Amino acid sequence: MIEINNLSKHFSKLKVLNNVSLSCNQGECIALIGPNGCGKTTLIKCILGMVIPTEGTIKYKDILIEDTYEYRKYIGYMPQIGRYPDNMSIGQILDMIKEIRKTDMQLDDDLFYQFQLKDILFKKMRTLSGGTTQKVSATLAFLFNPEVLILDEPTAGLDPLASEILKEKIIAEKKKGKLILITSHLLSELDDLVTQIIFMQDGNVKFHKTVDELKTSTGEEKISKAIAHILKNNN
Amino acid sequence: MNRIGKFIVLDILKNKIILVYTLILAVLSWGVFSLEDNSTKGLLTLLNVVLLTVPLVSVIFSTIYIYNSSEFIELLLSQPIRRSKIWLSLFFGLSISLLLAFLIGAGIPILVYAPLDIGGMMLLVGIFITVVFVAIAFLSSIATRDKAKGIGIAILLWMFFALLFDGLILFMSFQFADYPIEKIMVVVTAFNPIDLARILILLHLDVSAMMGYTGAIFKDFFGNQVGIIAAFTILLLWVAVPFIISLRKFRRKDL
Repeated sequence: MIEINNLSKHFSKLKVLNNVSLSCNQGECIALIGPNGCGKTTLIKCILGMVIPTEGTIKYKDILIEDTYEYRKYIGYMPQIGRYPDNMSIGQILDMIKEIRKTDMQLDDDLFYQFQLKDILFKKMRTLSGGTTQKVSATLAFLFNPEVLILDEPTAGLDPLASEILKEKIIAEKKKGKLILITSHLLSELDDLVTQIIFMQDGNVKFHKTVDELKTSTGEEKISKAIAHILKNNN
Repeated sequence: MNRIGKFIVLDILKNKIILVYTLILAVLSWGVFSLEDNSTKGLLTLLNVVLLTVPLVSVIFSTIYIYNSSEFIELLLSQPIRRSKIWLSLFFGLSISLLLAFLIGAGIPILVYAPLDIGGMMLLVGIFITVVFVAIAFLSSIATRDKAKGIGIAILLWMFFALLFDGLILFMSFQFADYPIEKIMVVVTAFNPIDLARILILLHLDVSAMMGYTGAIFKDFFGNQVGIIAAFTILLLWVAVPFIISLRKFRRKDL
């Protein structure tokens, strides 16, 4: 579904992505992990067309993304730090996005109700706490029933209750056969979610394996332990 | 108009600064016309006020607004919307709101007091100057990520066009007074939209006699149909060129 070929991104001298090639298919739930500053968010932003790659190509369903913007219809994106116009309220943001998209598709407002955003619709975005902003981001990402979900640190900043709701929702969407891409540092959280792991370091993809492969090759039961095992052996 | 443009216009019109800008223009215009008994003198005074305030407000308000829209732009970018559409909507939104302020504030009194042909010319010039400086604002705000720097560039550009340029021209004409530089002067004027606008109006007011020999050359050039069309074409280029440069940069920008 998403094909990434020899993708590189340089910010002047800094090489953030280095010849990254990946392929992600429908029905997969992929965890994108790696230390801070390894290029995870840049990779995601490249897929979304927010960052323009220096070299390489990205294809969505065999169409180069630089030629089109339509593919973003099928992607729900939850940013790590959602930035919204300060003086708009939650309700206005939701209404605006709905009006701009103007789809006749069935909207998925499960999260909207589960996060109880209805009671705080009038609140301005600048007055919201980090966690509430994340709830708005999550609601927007799932709202249009996208085929692909890209979640950048989805549970960071959410309270345990909300992050449980979000996790349940991710599992439910996974069962529908969607492609889900998650970055996270909380490896323990990923155990019951993901089917594949992409490990990045210094702008390179170190490995891209299924969870089962990883577990059998390291002999560990948990993802966190398996990763730790690999990191230890590498050094 | 597209939906994004509508959101931007509504957002700007809610902004009190635009309201105050309209009010100031209205007070100035009505004041000038009711103080001067001669509408030509009134127009001359108003011309100077308009050519100073309209570019200043247009360029600074737009620059700050574009910087403050960074979140809005980021939010829209993850939606299925073409990049150029976001930038164009922002441009049209800002232009339309500032034009509305100008037309309500200064346009109504001008149409009431000034004769139609010269009043119409004044309105046209005001419209062009507003849009030109909105386009310049787009250029200065895409030039750097730093908001303070971007606003600084906008202010410097305004100072250059509104104040400095005339000084340079004056200096040049004194230095080269012995040479036949009149024709060059016409060309040099094209590099300043404010001067271009001023000359267009002055020639129509028939006060170009005050401009001496250079004035005669200007009248010869700008006075006829071709000259006016050329002047407006150059003003149009002043809108298109800065905006298109900014658009090309925006399409390659990392957000």
